[in-house]
Amino acid sequence: MFAYIVRRLALMLVTLVGISIIIFVLLRIVPGNIVDILFDAAGFVDPADKANLEKELGLSQPIIVQYLQWIGGLLHGDLGYSYVSEKPALQEILPRIPITARLAGLALLFSASIGIPLGVISAVHQGTRLDYVLRVVSLSGLSLPSFWLGLLILMASVSLFGTMPIFNPNPQTWAEAFAIYAVPAAAVGFRSAALTMRITRSSMLEILRQDFIRTARAKGASERSVNYRHALKNAILPVITVIGIEAAFLIGGLIVTETVFNIPGVARFLVEAIRWRDYPIVQNLVMFIAVVVVVTNFTVDMLYAAIDPRIRYGD
Amino acid sequence: MSAINYDSELKRAGANATRGWRRLTFLAQRYVLGTIGLFIMVIFVWTALSADLIARFDPLSVDSAHRLASPDARHWLGTDSFGRDVWSRIVHGARISLAVGIGSTALGASIGVLIGLASGYLSGWVDLVFQRITDILQALPLLVLALVMTAALGPSLPNVIIAIAIPLIPTVSRVIRANTLALRELPFVEAAKSIGMSESRIAFRHVLPNTLAPLIVLATAQLGSTILTEASLSFLGLGIPEPYPSWGRMLSESAAEYVRTAPWLVIFPGVAISLAVFGTNLFGDALRDILDPRQRG
Repeated sequence: MFAYIVRRLALMLVTLVGISIIIFVLLRIVPGNIVDILFDAAGFVDPADKANLEKELGLSQPIIVQYLQWIGGLLHGDLGYSYVSEKPALQEILPRIPITARLAGLALLFSASIGIPLGVISAVHQGTRLDYVLRVVSLSGLSLPSFWLGLLILMASVSLFGTMPIFNPNPQTWAEAFAIYAVPAAAVGFRSAALTMRITRSSMLEILRQDFIRTARAKGASERSVNYRHALKNAILPVITVIGIEAAFLIGGLIVTETVFNIPGVARFLVEAIRWRDYPIVQNLVMFIAVVVVVTNFTVDMLYAAIDPRIRYGD
Repeated sequence: MSAINYDSELKRAGANATRGWRRLTFLAQRYVLGTIGLFIMVIFVWTALSADLIARFDPLSVDSAHRLASPDARHWLGTDSFGRDVWSRIVHGARISLAVGIGSTALGASIGVLIGLASGYLSGWVDLVFQRITDILQALPLLVLALVMTAALGPSLPNVIIAIAIPLIPTVSRVIRANTLALRELPFVEAAKSIGMSESRIAFRHVLPNTLAPLIVLATAQLGSTILTEASLSFLGLGIPEPYPSWGRMLSESAAEYVRTAPWLVIFPGVAISLAVFGTNLFGDALRDILDPRQRG
């Protein structure tokens, strides 16, 4: 087990280094850097001014030197300066993380608390009209773009209350906090709730066919106890994996949802930074996302071994 | 206990409907949702192919006299802020969605197949290198990778197709690799080897055809997500550039500000995206049940 963990950690490091190289190179093959963008707006350009600014931002150095400077800085906790705001990148990124983390947490809660029970119900009633309806609903959940769902929610809010929820970093009332966080979280979580439901259903169907379920029924256990205590307990492992993977991949949904609801989180910040070619922000944010994904995957695998004693790694 | 009625049981299992038209009608009855999905997909493809006939106006022509007109007999789905006909733009938008959907899925799947086959069949250091590349690509969410890729390549139709295809590679190559590893040990591969067949011939003629079923299932499942990703990219303004009528782009132009004043600009493009993706998902589910019975739920 110990050897396995060490091996996994080493692989994680390889992955992260690989991502850093790919992102760094990708961002630098972009035609036009921030200096071009700034000077485009100005009209007349003095080449000397341009060269000066490029030098000041470190863009005139060879790409390998730029890369090593970035990685060296990362290891010291120095993420460089945002080209746009000229503030330290860390200062720009850190305050936005809790907002996105809160949205992601709520979205996951939404997805698990809706997806798992509906998945169990759908599996228990396999082949009935209820199962049919639930399956169509879950498939539609995978088909609606989350930004459109967000827009529909805004539209409903306008026609019902005559106003839209506007982000406020310090909500005054519970109702306001609910509108600000829970509503966008539900728009993001709808998709993963649908996914969770589908996985719960197919995992439950597999377990419900097994002998020990028949034994439980034969000894007179109630339907409820069979479904939830015997079957779900054994069917939950793949569900946990999916929720774990979704936790990391929610960021995709959050990018568009934060844009729709105008929420100043890290996800929307990534899009803004890409538009502005603000390299220090983009590359650090992408690295941050990659670290979250890689660590989440690792945690889920470890959780697996902790929950299911039959799983032993590396032996 | 009543006797088993073999005839009706055989009919239910489709034993007498093994080929041709009877097989199709049997499958259509058995997989109603999948048939509906196929129907939606056919309409989607037909719309894309004959967009010039269906559209009532030029999707790019600006008409300042009819800006933000609500749906009526002239403009079925209303007009946008430039006075462009929404119905015509949605019909032409089907082309973009279809091109990106099929283009990126085909590109991503072909590269994924090659990598998966090489990885599973050759193993050793080839496998090791490809596995690490796969790890790297999988550590970033689809949309994030696609965003950075389009930013790097610049916004255009071929670039969007490439940007969405690359994140698909690892999913496909993983499945093909796992299948290849299992197939490699089977007797028919050993038999092919024993008669002196070359490795690459075995890989392409014997192993690859046996991975086709999971590949088709996977590709159909990915089709929906590529259409969604293109819509998200265009919605964020980093996908298909103006003036092409992409569904996601139509929503970004009309986004929050038109929620109050011109709801048709928000509703119709979203319905188009959802329907197209819903159709491919319904069809993909049925296809998985038919082609890959092990995963049937």
